[in-house]
Formats: sequence, C-alpha cells, structure tokens
Amino acid sequence: MRVLVCVKRVPAPGARIVLTPDGQQIDTRNLGFATSPHEECAVEGAVQLAADHGGTSTVLTMGPPESEEQLRYAVSVGVDAAVLVPTDGSDLDPQATARGLVSAVTALEERDGRFDLILFGNESADAGGYQVGVRVARALERPIVSGIKDIEIDGDEVVAKREIPSGFEVYRLEMPAVLAVREGLNLPRYPTLPGRLKSRKAEVAAVDVAFEPGGQRKIGFESPPEQESHTVTLGEGVDAVPAIVEVLESLGIR
Amino acid sequence: MTTALVLLDHDRGALAETTLQAVTFAASLGFDTEAVLIGAEAEAIAAGLGGLGISKVHVIGHELLTDFAPEAFGDSLAQLVVVSGAKVVTTTGSDRGNEILAHLAAILDQPMVANVMSAEPGTPWKLSRIRWGGSLFEHVELDASFHLMTVAPHTWDAPDPGPSAELPVDHFEPTLDETAARTRVVDRVTLHAGITLATAPVVVGGGRGVGSAEGFAPLEELASMLGGVVGCSRVVTNNGWRPHTDQVGQTGTRIAPDLYIACGVSGAIQHWVGAMASKKILAINTDPEANMMSKADYAVVGDLHQVVPALIEALK
Repeated sequence: MRVLVCVKRVPAPGARIVLTPDGQQIDTRNLGFATSPHEECAVEGAVQLAADHGGTSTVLTMGPPESEEQLRYAVSVGVDAAVLVPTDGSDLDPQATARGLVSAVTALEERDGRFDLILFGNESADAGGYQVGVRVARALERPIVSGIKDIEIDGDEVVAKREIPSGFEVYRLEMPAVLAVREGLNLPRYPTLPGRLKSRKAEVAAVDVAFEPGGQRKIGFESPPEQESHTVTLGEGVDAVPAIVEVLESLGIR
Repeated sequence: MTTALVLLDHDRGALAETTLQAVTFAASLGFDTEAVLIGAEAEAIAAGLGGLGISKVHVIGHELLTDFAPEAFGDSLAQLVVVSGAKVVTTTGSDRGNEILAHLAAILDQPMVANVMSAEPGTPWKLSRIRWGGSLFEHVELDASFHLMTVAPHTWDAPDPGPSAELPVDHFEPTLDETAARTRVVDRVTLHAGITLATAPVVVGGGRGVGSAEGFAPLEELASMLGGVVGCSRVVTNNGWRPHTDQVGQTGTRIAPDLYIACGVSGAIQHWVGAMASKKILAINTDPEANMMSKADYAVVGDLHQVVPALIEALK
C-alpha cells in the first residue's frame, strides 16, 4: 500500500513562547523546531503500515526551505520518500494550506499513482485550526475521520478507532481514505545512526504549487496576561503532610 | 435580523460539557440565536432548551443519522444552513464541534476559525482565537460570506437558565445517501465505565519526577482514596510509563477537576494548558522554581516518593 503523511514544522512544543516586539511573529531565535506531536505519530504510523502490509511511505510538508529538517527526520525513522512543497514562509491560512496540499497530492498521484491512505495530524501544535485534513479529503472526495488513535488494515478497508471519554468509537473506511490522527496512536521510535546517515543523503523532491489565499487573515499575536502567583507554600517534605490534609478537608475532598 | 445557528454537540442525547458555552458566545454577537441538534435523541434535548435565550430549535433527523457520522453531519448542517439562510454558524470547540464545522467549511468553501474567544461582527469581522492550546492569542480578520467559528472551551460560561418557555421546533430532513454515511460509528469499545480523566473531581498527576512506571503505584493509591484518577505529563507517556490516555496536556486530555495534585511535574506549557482549568492545584516538587510550583495554589517542596506515601498513611 502507498501511504502519505503530511507534517508541519513548528516551534518545539513545551517551550515558552516569546513574541517579536511588533507581535507579528513568534521569536524563534532561541527555539528549536519539531514536527507537530500528532504528526510524529502519523509518521510512525505510516512507517509501520508500509512495513506491515508491504508498500511505501511518503512524507510531505508545505513550508519554508528549513522544513527539510522535518522531512529528513521522518526519513531517519523509516519513511521512504520526502516531498517539500516550498512556500516563501509567509502565513497561509487553513484554506490556502488545504488548496496547496490538494494540488501537491494530485500532482504526486498523477506521477506515481494513488495513495491508499493519507495521514494528517488532528491539529497542528501551533495554529490549531482542526480542518486542513478535512478540507483535503473533501476536495479529493475521500472519506475522513478525525481524532484517530488506532489504525488497522482489513483488506481494502481501514478500521480506525477514535478515543472518546468512555473508550473508543470504531469506524470502517474504504480506501483510498484520509485519517487525522492523534498522539497516542503509537510511541514514535527514535532515529538510529544508520537512519540518520540515510536521511542526510536522501533526496527531497520539490513540488511547486500556486497559492491561493483563503479568507482568514492574521492581524497579530498577543501573549495571554501573566497570572499573578498566589501560591501558598504548605511546607517542606513530609512535614507538610498535616497541612495537605487540612487543604483536602477545606476543599471537601476528604 | 441576522441569525446565528448554534450547533449543539451531543453524544446519543448527552450534551457535551462545553456545548452551551457556545450559546453565550452567539448571544455576544447580538444576533438572533437558533439551536441545531443532529441525530437520534435530539428531540429529547430540544425539549429542555427553553429559557437559554434561544429562539428556535432545528432538529435534523434522518435514518442515516442514528449515530455520529462526521461527513453526514457536515452535509446535513450545510443543507440546513442553505435552506435557513443563516450566515453565521458556531459550535463548541470540542472534538466533534471542530470536526463537523470543518466539514461545513469545506462544503461551503468558506474559512472556519477554530477556538474563538471573542468576535466583533463588521466589515471585516475581527476575531480573537487561541493558539498553542491557549498559551498564545491570535487576532484575525475574516473575509467570508459565511462566518463559521468554534468557541474555545471555557472562555464563556453556559447561559443562566431563565424561566423556561416552550420553544418552536423546526424539523429538517436532509437529503443523504449511503456515501455521506460512509464514515460513521460502526462499533464502540467501552474502556472506562466509571469516572474519566476529563470529568474526575480529583486528578493525581505524575511527571518526570516519578521516575518509572512502578513509581505510579502510590499515586494510584492516593487517587483511589480521594475518589480520583491518575494523570501524567507528556514525558511520562513518551517514556512508556503510562498509556497515552492518561496524558494531561495540549496533545492529551484537558482536565478541570476540583483539585489537581501535580507530583514531580515541571509544568511545561504543553502540560499546563491541559491542567489550567483545574479549580485548585497542589504541586509537590523538589524544585521550588518549577513552573508548576509557581502556578499552583498550594506548593510542597519535597520528594514525592516521601510525601505521597506519608500523605496516604495520614489519610488512612
């Protein structure tokens, strides 16, 4: 089977986000970059599916030239082929992103054949628009379910499980299909040394597309107001236990 | 007057916790607000929506809409939007809310703004939304013929119920074929019969400081004594110490317990945005400078491996 996984280069999650003085961008001078966490699992999923069912995995990103770093990382953990859809680094809203991806996927499929499964992350870590996968699937007229944490292939169908508070919902989609997956789908592997070496030499194919802006335009960013610290220190070590018990009692928890 | 449709997210008759917050948001726009319910059991919910500032309820029913089906829900909503003439559609930024509105936006080829905090209608509309799970705000302008927005959970309260009044109910049957219903729930797996991480009144969370899978045993014991459940940070799931279903954070579960006891959790932004809706936070950490310690309501400077067992003994 042919699996495509779409990823996005984002500032490394977990870091404190500082803005440029004009509030237009995140100050990335002191930040590392990574693949959005949901998409790290999508990459691992693509590698596993291609290995388990025979076939190839392809990673694609749309972004500035530096996004090659995320493509090479995906190759270092086992993805077979890498595709960059270059942008000039300016902001693309979700509509523009989806339109560009549809053009790129269509071009790749015309060249090398249809992808049986296209994986997206449920939402990017930075913009969090929750829609690019859905828009692409709709444009390609393929079924899609979001929030997927388990994938199994059953003949020409994919059985996908989505987590809800009480457990899982099960969906069955005929391929070609699209899934938007979540972290927890698997535990992504780390690159091996041979993997790293291979990824350095890997060819990154470029697919150029024309960009058509969507209807959402960023005016600027703002950091949330700092919450004033009002921490009450209950004490040190086991000596704090009576104070903890008091807190539990005051909250009616005990 | 402009009408705003508010899609109410429900699972087989149970409204999502944050659903009605979208009604308050819609009211803030100054438009006439009408609710939309899709699928089985919608009728029963519609009967209880009086007194919330909603002027009408649209109930979308079809034999293919018995259980959740994201594509068919999107198609149905799009048909209602066209028929009703509404130009504004909003819903809560829950998993389903974001998903259904994304389908609607794709069908109408319109922008959709996810996790909106506030919106100011005009030419163009100006909106504020959250990014990074809530650790960054973004201001956007919208050039659109339909304004489609999901509401960031917990930025608005549900409306205060006023005197209950009977609401007009409008029944709508969309045109759907099997293709639309090809993505639908075909089975369910129930894992948690009791309280869950998202709804637990007490969460005992562990971070890197717990050190191992085995290290969670005392946290489990404390959680069960307090009627709560165990949660953890992303480091813990990445190390394979706990399943991902236990992860609190931007890429895990958002919790909102009465008390969150964070043990050995540094409090990176990714974790904090999942825990910040907790009513009270007690942090136990050897590092008094840890982010979680300065954000918590109560802090204990100490080793969780000593403090937690001692607390368990004291509670016995």
